[in-house]
Amino acid sequence: MCGIVGLFLKDPALEPQLGSLLAEMLGVMTDRGPDSAGFAVYGGGRDGFSKLTLRAASAASLVDLAHDLGAGIAAKVEGQLHDTHVVVSLPAAAEGAARAWLAEHRPDVAVVGAGKRIELYKEVGLPKDVGERFGLSHMGGTHGIGHTRMATESAVTTRGAHPFSTGADQCLVHNGSLSNHASVRRTLRAKGLAFETDNDSEVAAGYLTWKMREGASLSEALEAGLEDLDGFYTFVVGTENGFAVLRDPIACKPAVMAETDQYVAFGSEYRALVGLPGIENARMFEPEPGKVYAWERA
Amino acid sequence: MKTGALAAASAAAVPHTVDLGASPLRELNQALHNLPQDTNETAWRVLNPEGRHAIAVGVDAPVTIEIDGHVGYYCAGMNKRAKVTIRGNAGVGVAENMMSGEVRVLGDASQAAGATAQGGLLVIDGDASARCGISMKGIDIVVKGSIGPMSAFMAQAGNLVVLGDAGEALGDSLYEARLFVRGTVKSLGADCIEKPVTDQDREILKGVLSRADMLEEVSVDAFRLYGSARRLYHFHVDNVDAY
Repeated sequence: MCGIVGLFLKDPALEPQLGSLLAEMLGVMTDRGPDSAGFAVYGGGRDGFSKLTLRAASAASLVDLAHDLGAGIAAKVEGQLHDTHVVVSLPAAAEGAARAWLAEHRPDVAVVGAGKRIELYKEVGLPKDVGERFGLSHMGGTHGIGHTRMATESAVTTRGAHPFSTGADQCLVHNGSLSNHASVRRTLRAKGLAFETDNDSEVAAGYLTWKMREGASLSEALEAGLEDLDGFYTFVVGTENGFAVLRDPIACKPAVMAETDQYVAFGSEYRALVGLPGIENARMFEPEPGKVYAWERA
Repeated sequence: MKTGALAAASAAAVPHTVDLGASPLRELNQALHNLPQDTNETAWRVLNPEGRHAIAVGVDAPVTIEIDGHVGYYCAGMNKRAKVTIRGNAGVGVAENMMSGEVRVLGDASQAAGATAQGGLLVIDGDASARCGISMKGIDIVVKGSIGPMSAFMAQAGNLVVLGDAGEALGDSLYEARLFVRGTVKSLGADCIEKPVTDQDREILKGVLSRADMLEEVSVDAFRLYGSARRLYHFHVDNVDAY
């Protein structure tokens, strides 16, 4: 069992509240996943710049990281510290150099998310505490997804927490378990993808990244996943401009959605959506099994 | 005597109201479980359910319970004799294992509505999603909208009446339940076949629709009947591919 929440705002007036709404949704899903929690928020982005979300064992070891990285790669790097994570903003052209510098000089630091707009945070602990540690309720943005984990396939570690990001501005959360992840991982490794964990959900994220790299749209990548990924799943996938939902063909894991003029919201259970504005009059529905649902902003 | 009857009448007219935003669900369920068989507190109203799980589970008393809003999992599960109305949507397993009584959902129901239920009547005004009536054992279920895939899987007894359409694999591996569908059926599951509607079936359908207060608006002739081909009852080596 795990919990998933997702919120895609149509109404820009709600954007400053994205984090506080998502924090409440995430907290309610504690019952479904008390082991660890994580979330991705799509906030502001600047053309020509990349944001890297970096994680280390402690906040203290990250205080000087943006400065050191900037000096190391001779570029202007700005950092925003959130507990054990720091989001660094740097010229997109310098991203490769930054990754190389980090690998050489700061092997203790993991790149958990990268892209123009994505920021991604995850830690072991109760979802409410994790949200508070990172200050989720103060974050704004256009859309975000979150996950509360009850571990089944691999250990309770921060690395094993969701979301998983394997491509620029992409992330995936998963409720369920995949039975063919080892063979899919081998196939994807042969195609050049790198994996950080032995987690089944990371394989699903990597699979979609690979499909999209080959030219598939997000919807097409998910359609292909229906053939290639075996097991139980409800996936919620975030991209720079939207999010998508897919349930396995027998709808093994729960999902409920609400849509109003202001937002599209996803929850593993309706309880997670109770605090959203105007929920009483939202159009409620359960996504059908084996059908890709996607929302994008123009 | 007269005063007692008046008091009972007034107790019935003014429902006992429980606000789940203000008091714990356990207290409500305990209070419902504590009701004696001849209780005068026959009318209950529940406010702010907010998707909580297991509301009004295990009630065994002739009371009416009206729930204002959406409920979570297993609402009115194991119900005996109570009449429960949900003014909203219901989560997974509404009225699962119901023994008797009546549950009405005025919105949509999630998966496994009426699962394994042995008796009583479940009426869903909207749609029911996957596995509606899975392993039903005698309940009557009426869905005014459509039902999702794998409904009535291994259904054993009772009647499932659907005014809309049925999803994939209807009635897979079922035993003796009757499945009446007015709309289209996407596909039938293993060992489920269409059957001719006999006069006896028509009377049974009429009875169910009558209990659901729908006899006047719905014609019994508009339904097709699906049931078991009875080829999977016992292991037979010729059927091995179907198992």
